[in-house]
Amino acid sequence: MSKPVVATASLAGCFGCHMSFLDIDDRILQLIELVEFNKSPVDDIKKFTKMCDIGIIEGGCCNSENVENLREFRKHCKILISLGECAIMGGLPAMRNGIPVRECLEEAYLNGPTVDDNIIPNDDELPMILDKVYPCHEIVKIDYFLPGCPPRADLIWEALVALVTGKELTLPYEAFKFD
Amino acid sequence: MKEITIKIDGKECKAKSGQTIVEAAKANGIYIPTLCHYDGLKPAGTCRICTVKVGGRNMAACTTPVGEGMVIESNTPELEEIRKAIVEMLFVEGNHMCPTCEKSGNCELQAMGYRYRMMVPRFPYLFPVRPINAKTPKIYIDGNRCIQCLRCARGVLAPDGKKIFGLVKRGGKAMISVDEELAAALTDEQAQKAMDMCPVGAILRKEAGFKVPIGSRKFDSAQIGSDIE
Repeated sequence: MSKPVVATASLAGCFGCHMSFLDIDDRILQLIELVEFNKSPVDDIKKFTKMCDIGIIEGGCCNSENVENLREFRKHCKILISLGECAIMGGLPAMRNGIPVRECLEEAYLNGPTVDDNIIPNDDELPMILDKVYPCHEIVKIDYFLPGCPPRADLIWEALVALVTGKELTLPYEAFKFD
Repeated sequence: MKEITIKIDGKECKAKSGQTIVEAAKANGIYIPTLCHYDGLKPAGTCRICTVKVGGRNMAACTTPVGEGMVIESNTPELEEIRKAIVEMLFVEGNHMCPTCEKSGNCELQAMGYRYRMMVPRFPYLFPVRPINAKTPKIYIDGNRCIQCLRCARGVLAPDGKKIFGLVKRGGKAMISVDEELAAALTDEQAQKAMDMCPVGAILRKEAGFKVPIGSRKFDSAQIGSDIE
């Protein structure tokens, strides 16, 4: 039987969840026995080359590229997991949700104390910024959620192993945190 | 006080007349989850997380006094599901960004999220726009995190008994407001008391955050209620 295929992405996140993923330490050797990676920063595969079993999403959606990327993942992954606070509820980027986008852009590019050029970037190449930061499950259907900032390595490991082997997930209190 | 007998989840318990269900349960080693309730303050029944079933009706256990022969259901799948839903509702109603909050690890709302293993709220996030008041010298009030339990309004008073915190506006717009003059006169001790009394991170002392390292905070390894159960 071929190994389950895993894809991962960081949308509006800080890559902290991916770092925490690597925090499984030497279990990474067991992991490559257990699964195969497709599109992911872990192996630097940029485009989906086949249908995947599990997609792991870090970060919420703050711009059009995030949305496109997330929809691409939904199309190519049978199971999609929101990993971490940003994917689940927007996280730190969502702190701008109470501030109008124009105000954010003006502060960042026009009025900020370290601003020089005084232009709000507006190039066709740049993704459009959304009116607010959206949790992933408000854009596509998400099957599972793993909270934490970042989710503890043990939680990610246990969840992945449970999913791949079909065993029930045990959730120790210490591994289940929102910060 | 007269001693009476009640039944909680089939267990016969001794209680004193005049006690609330929450108090009687606690005295018998049974934990009924509470958020707005605070020992020593007059119960307000604002959060309803302590909802129990008495005679087939849902009641707030923090405000309902015990009665002779009362049969109370608390730890049932139905009630636990209601409580979990309330926690989820409180999370989406405000802007509870745990990673950015000084109260994280010591927050009772977060601890309830842990207790009920809240992976994600079932309700859509509202992302309300709420004010932050940092005008007073000792504390700041972050409306984003307030769950309107009214603990501060009930428990933090000026020396002459005047309220320092109070609820303003109504319905969805209701929020905690602070009397800036009275709050300016708070001592460090009172400011600490206000912060400790707040179940979430809505009242915080200035220049006192992040003193306790991650791992040693109140709910890092002890589940809320584990001191009673």
